[in-house]
Amino acid sequence: MTVVDAAALTAWVREFARLVHEQRDTLTQLDSAIGDADHGANLDRGMTAAVAALETTPSDDPAAVLKTVATTLIKTVGGASGPLYGTFFLRASGTLDGGDGAALAAALRAGYDGVVARGKAERGDKTMLDALGPACDALDEALAAGKALDEALGAAAEAAAQGRDATEPLVARKGRASYLGERSAGHVDPGAASATLLVEAAATALAGRG
Amino acid sequence: MPVGLVVVSHSRALADAAVELTRGMLPGRELAVGVAAGDVDGGLGTDATAIADAIAAVDSGDGVVVLMDLGSAVLSAETALELVDDDVRERVVLSPAPLVEGLVGAAVTAAAGADRDRVAAEALRGLAPKQAHLGEPAGEG
Repeated sequence: MTVVDAAALTAWVREFARLVHEQRDTLTQLDSAIGDADHGANLDRGMTAAVAALETTPSDDPAAVLKTVATTLIKTVGGASGPLYGTFFLRASGTLDGGDGAALAAALRAGYDGVVARGKAERGDKTMLDALGPACDALDEALAAGKALDEALGAAAEAAAQGRDATEPLVARKGRASYLGERSAGHVDPGAASATLLVEAAATALAGRG
Repeated sequence: MPVGLVVVSHSRALADAAVELTRGMLPGRELAVGVAAGDVDGGLGTDATAIADAIAAVDSGDGVVVLMDLGSAVLSAETALELVDDDVRERVVLSPAPLVEGLVGAAVTAAAGADRDRVAAEALRGLAPKQAHLGEPAGEG
């Protein structure tokens, strides 16, 4: 059964863009504590451009939808989240094969692996991986347990949020925040916060699709 | 043809000034230097698609050495390699050298007709003259 088609992925991207726009100031505030205070603005600019690109060049091909998002983010974000989210969508696009929950989970896992490779980071470094990794695990587990995709995405969103919250006491080991050393502890990582929105957007946009 | 060079920076002004400084050291010499700097609106940022275009523009078949500032410039340069053709990718070296010193070293070597690996090695050695002069070993102090 095809539940993850181009329209569903477009809805996911639009919902992510909406959440990023809505929480733009919160993301930037988190980034001003430990980074260079541009995460909300950068990602909002990138996702607004991605939604516009999908409107200009809509596609029935799910992989093409993800590719358009990737290249748009790479081009328009400017900061580190451009190549990182861009690589996430690029690898997800290259892996997506089929329209069921397992295909989506494999694509998200490939995206996660791409971010690991691009950022040379791992879980616990206080990055977006701390939200994305638990989300991929929860999604795989729920699908393996026979849960429906929307329920599995709900579990993934919950795992992402827990992972995001767990970044607060961590000391940053990557990016501008790593210059702060111990002083980076006590703040939630902005990348983990935006990555949680990405997973929450998937749960919302694909709700009721089985 | 000389090895191509690409300067990646968050700042267009910084990249242009580094190139200007380098050209000043090589008066009258032909240099294939591309710049990919700033975001799409001219603000601070990096754009992997612009880097990929710059690599393609300076690639004459003898290789390209990419110098970059920091942070997302590094990530964008790596991402750019996913966007260029396979045969071009094999000819590109992303240099961990310091931007200004590395660029000057690379440009002088490239202008002398050295191959890509030699140019990349000279870029990497870019801090050596300053370190020798100031007597400060790398990574200490």
